[in-house]
Amino acid sequence: MLDGFTLMDMRSLLRTLERATLRDIALVCLADALVGASFGAISVSGGLPLWVPIALSALVFAGGSQFAAVGVVLSGGGVLAAVATGLVLNARLLPFGFTVADVLDGSWWRRLVGAQLITDETAAFVLQQSEPRRRRAAFWLCGIALYVVWNVSVLLGAVAGGLIGDTDALGLDAAFPAVLLALVLPSLTDRRTRTAAVVGAVVAVAATPFVPAGLPVLLALVGLLFAGRPGAGEAPAAVRPVEDAEQVERVKRVKRVEQAEPTAKETVR
Amino acid sequence: MMPLYAVLLLAVGTYAFRLAGPLLGGRLALSERLRHLLAVAAAVLLVALVATGALTQGHGFAGWARPAGVLVAGVLALRRAPFPAVVVAGAATTALLRLCGVG
Repeated sequence: MLDGFTLMDMRSLLRTLERATLRDIALVCLADALVGASFGAISVSGGLPLWVPIALSALVFAGGSQFAAVGVVLSGGGVLAAVATGLVLNARLLPFGFTVADVLDGSWWRRLVGAQLITDETAAFVLQQSEPRRRRAAFWLCGIALYVVWNVSVLLGAVAGGLIGDTDALGLDAAFPAVLLALVLPSLTDRRTRTAAVVGAVVAVAATPFVPAGLPVLLALVGLLFAGRPGAGEAPAAVRPVEDAEQVERVKRVKRVEQAEPTAKETVR
Repeated sequence: MMPLYAVLLLAVGTYAFRLAGPLLGGRLALSERLRHLLAVAAAVLLVALVATGALTQGHGFAGWARPAGVLVAGVLALRRAPFPAVVVAGAATTALLRLCGVG
């Protein structure tokens, strides 16, 4: 019975899910551990105090926005520009929250704690399951495992980053855009998204000499004018399942950056 | 640098985005148009961060070594190289170019 479900009953969570799902969750954790360690190391070697990447990981718990905010600050940008960039990035979690809302139905504390565990990854694993009991198990297992793995790996990376001396001689300033590029490439398969992103990038680079640091990235949002409409000519209700399936595929492809495994969908060439 | 209030602002705003669905899920649905725009906005910002992070330093050009490293990383990522290899190869390319005197 669902009433018997408790947050800490990990053994029943493990038994509820299929072996393949458990393996996928473990692989996603491994990939995120590497990203987290990079985040900790890059933040601290870039000059931020140890507590910043650690606090961001525990409180914000969204890798892309953490990299973005730290990137804006390390490039000399204003604090508010860093926060605004992170928030626009995390606005994508809003639809994910609606997607997994049924999983968090019930007590208040479950909603409050569960909300913090909503990420691209947990949403994708929930979408793969149709049975309510498995949706819950996938959400909590993936969410808790990722939260622990992410924070531990960021801590280890941050400590290691503090031991690095001359970061420019080691090319670590290239590591930050390299990580982001590896993360974003799989979401650029859609032509309109690609157009919007290229227009935005050109605007951002062109604006850099003239506006305060941090602002160029936000100006890139004019690229959204080229975003087009979702599934033109179709009823929204008919589009939703397709959109959700695309979300799953996108996250799976993001994670496969780590595995070097061919997928059915074509990539950008 | 990055004061505590900035971390808290980002954390509270992000939590609000996450909590809206579980709190309002039964009573409200997001339009397909908004979902699409939010997804594209995330990609646009990330690519802009890659471009400015690779090419610029302060208000000027970052020099050739850094974008060359990022380019190597991008090619490896497209070829589905493992994540650590992508990052290490990018940084190593930049470091080697600097060792050879490229700015």
